Amino acid sequence: MAVTFHTAPIPPRGTQERKDLVRLLEEKAKLVRRETVRLSRIAGAGHYTGTFSCAELFSALYYAQLRFRADEPGWADRDRFVLSKGHAAIGLYPVLADLGFFSAELLDNYTRLHSPFGDHPDMRKVPGADFSSGSLGHGLSVSLGMALAARVTGSSYITYCMLGDGELAEGQVWSAAMAAGHFEAGNLVAIVDRNQLSIDGRTESVMGVEPLHDKFAAFRWDVRRIDGHDYDEILDAFAYAKARSDERPLCVIADTIKGRGVQRMELDKDWHVGNLMGADYDDVMAEIDAGLQPVRSGK
Amino acid sequence: MTGEKTAQATGANASPQEISGVFRGSADGATALKETTKKTEQGISSRAIPTFVAGEELADLADSDERIVVLTADLAGAGRTIDFAGRHPERFFNIGVAEQNMVSIAAGMASTGLRPFVSTFAAYLALLCCEQVRTDLAYTGMPVVMLAHHSGMTLGYYGTSHHALEDLSAMRGIAGLTVVCAADANELRAILRTALKTDGPVYVRMGRGRDPEVYEDIPQGFAFGKAIRLADGDDIALIATGSQLRPCLQAAEELGEQGVSARVVDMHTVSPADAAEIQAAVDDVGTILTVEEHNVTGGLGAAVAEVIAEYGKPVRFRRHGVPDVHVVLGPPAALYAHYELDAAGIAGRAKDLLQQTRGSDR
Repeated sequence: MAVTFHTAPIPPRGTQERKDLVRLLEEKAKLVRRETVRLSRIAGAGHYTGTFSCAELFSALYYAQLRFRADEPGWADRDRFVLSKGHAAIGLYPVLADLGFFSAELLDNYTRLHSPFGDHPDMRKVPGADFSSGSLGHGLSVSLGMALAARVTGSSYITYCMLGDGELAEGQVWSAAMAAGHFEAGNLVAIVDRNQLSIDGRTESVMGVEPLHDKFAAFRWDVRRIDGHDYDEILDAFAYAKARSDERPLCVIADTIKGRGVQRMELDKDWHVGNLMGADYDDVMAEIDAGLQPVRSGK
Repeated sequence: MTGEKTAQATGANASPQEISGVFRGSADGATALKETTKKTEQGISSRAIPTFVAGEELADLADSDERIVVLTADLAGAGRTIDFAGRHPERFFNIGVAEQNMVSIAAGMASTGLRPFVSTFAAYLALLCCEQVRTDLAYTGMPVVMLAHHSGMTLGYYGTSHHALEDLSAMRGIAGLTVVCAADANELRAILRTALKTDGPVYVRMGRGRDPEVYEDIPQGFAFGKAIRLADGDDIALIATGSQLRPCLQAAEELGEQGVSARVVDMHTVSPADAAEIQAAVDDVGTILTVEEHNVTGGLGAAVAEVIAEYGKPVRFRRHGVPDVHVVLGPPAALYAHYELDAAGIAGRAKDLLQQTRGSDR
């Protein structure tokens, strides 16, 4: 018997149910960060910081928002999630394993020869990965295709797409944004992990993406801007995404901090890909277990 | 017979007005697509017929197949997908001038079980969208059919920006992608039916919308990777694809009158090519000329050469196509004559190959 996850509405702010949910999500975000560190050591390197920035978003999506069946990954009416910033897959795999899409033990061979799990997700090999990604700029188009398909087949699922901010320099993103507005794809939700850095440095010095709200609004999107590490803001935005009835696609711009949760990595471009070893590994694991601390001043 | 006359006979030379007529996609465009029948000096009937039948065919198929959706990039008229749009508007999507977006959207649609057909100029599907085709369609195994129309140099004086003389080369290198060329409307019909039963992406290379007929009926038993022998002979094998089939058949006729017996093979599927048919040409004929409206680098000739080289038996072999240059400007018929890709030119190349190698040890 297939269990369908997250059909109930998100509990409102201030209720005990909401507090319990946030406590659960905080633990799941720790799981994302811990596993990212562990799997990176297996591979010899990993995309730490771009995964840490969306750890709260991942946990809220998979433990509160998306409708799916872990024992029936191909269920036709499931919500879709396309990870357009495919390099954060290292944080998604542990969530899928935790939910029962596949055995967590499989991750122990992460990136090794014949492993289903590479640095970027392969839908043919990873149960629960709704589309392969890795080449930036494609995901929003793919997601729009899924959203338009729901219109053709009369299905009620919602398609969610997570984009990086550096990725927004790809022209195809804006072709997709234009088309989503044109086709009034109200069943499409884009989440921008606005973690401020791309590989070479601050987006605003490498290739400026702001003003993001105005850009998406000009492309005929409904836009919400939130703190992407604050569960109350995330859950309110997700509750809104579920409840709203709008012809416009929804863009949730989540202001985040690249590397959030491990102070030595926060807003440090040199940790986009890195490798923690020895005592550093243990220190970082302990820091993650302690939960999010205030961001250091000056950052 | 001069090259120009032969080109006229095959219906391969359009006036500028005819080209723009094909483009408009309006009632005027349909008028331009009306079939015309011409006679060659040898008396072969060589009808120029409307060949962009995918819109109409898919509309018929979609009456009973709810999975079919059709997408275009602002070329609904030029590729005649407008014929589908009229009958199934809820399953037709014009993505505007955003070809890469179109290919990736189709990938997302296919992931849900739909069967998308995307249509635009071959130059943009194969070259502009090459990475989307590789990553979103082939790597993922999405059953998206690409209708790559106006391939080769069919857009004549539009120039290199609109030509696709490298598309076979680009597409052939992608694993998990079937690459097939339609010689005429009936072969396209066979390709569409076969593609719908194929579990993966298909690149369909199409001509200019009004091409000389090769198949009087839909070829029976059509299968990707299985070539069709259109004429048999034992002096030389002409292995061709797409637009070059009709001129090859005419060249074979011309050669026959001069006592040269030519086999003509429709290698419609360039990837995977039919190795057995190529090996048969080596064994039975021993002299092979490949003919394609494509750069001689990386296309059909290269695919055949690879099979021949690995087969390891002696054979006389030449590739004939567009030399490795960006072509000069001109109307299509003039270009075919200039690059000897009309019947007279092909016959001449065939005789050259036989002449050059006559008496040599095999």
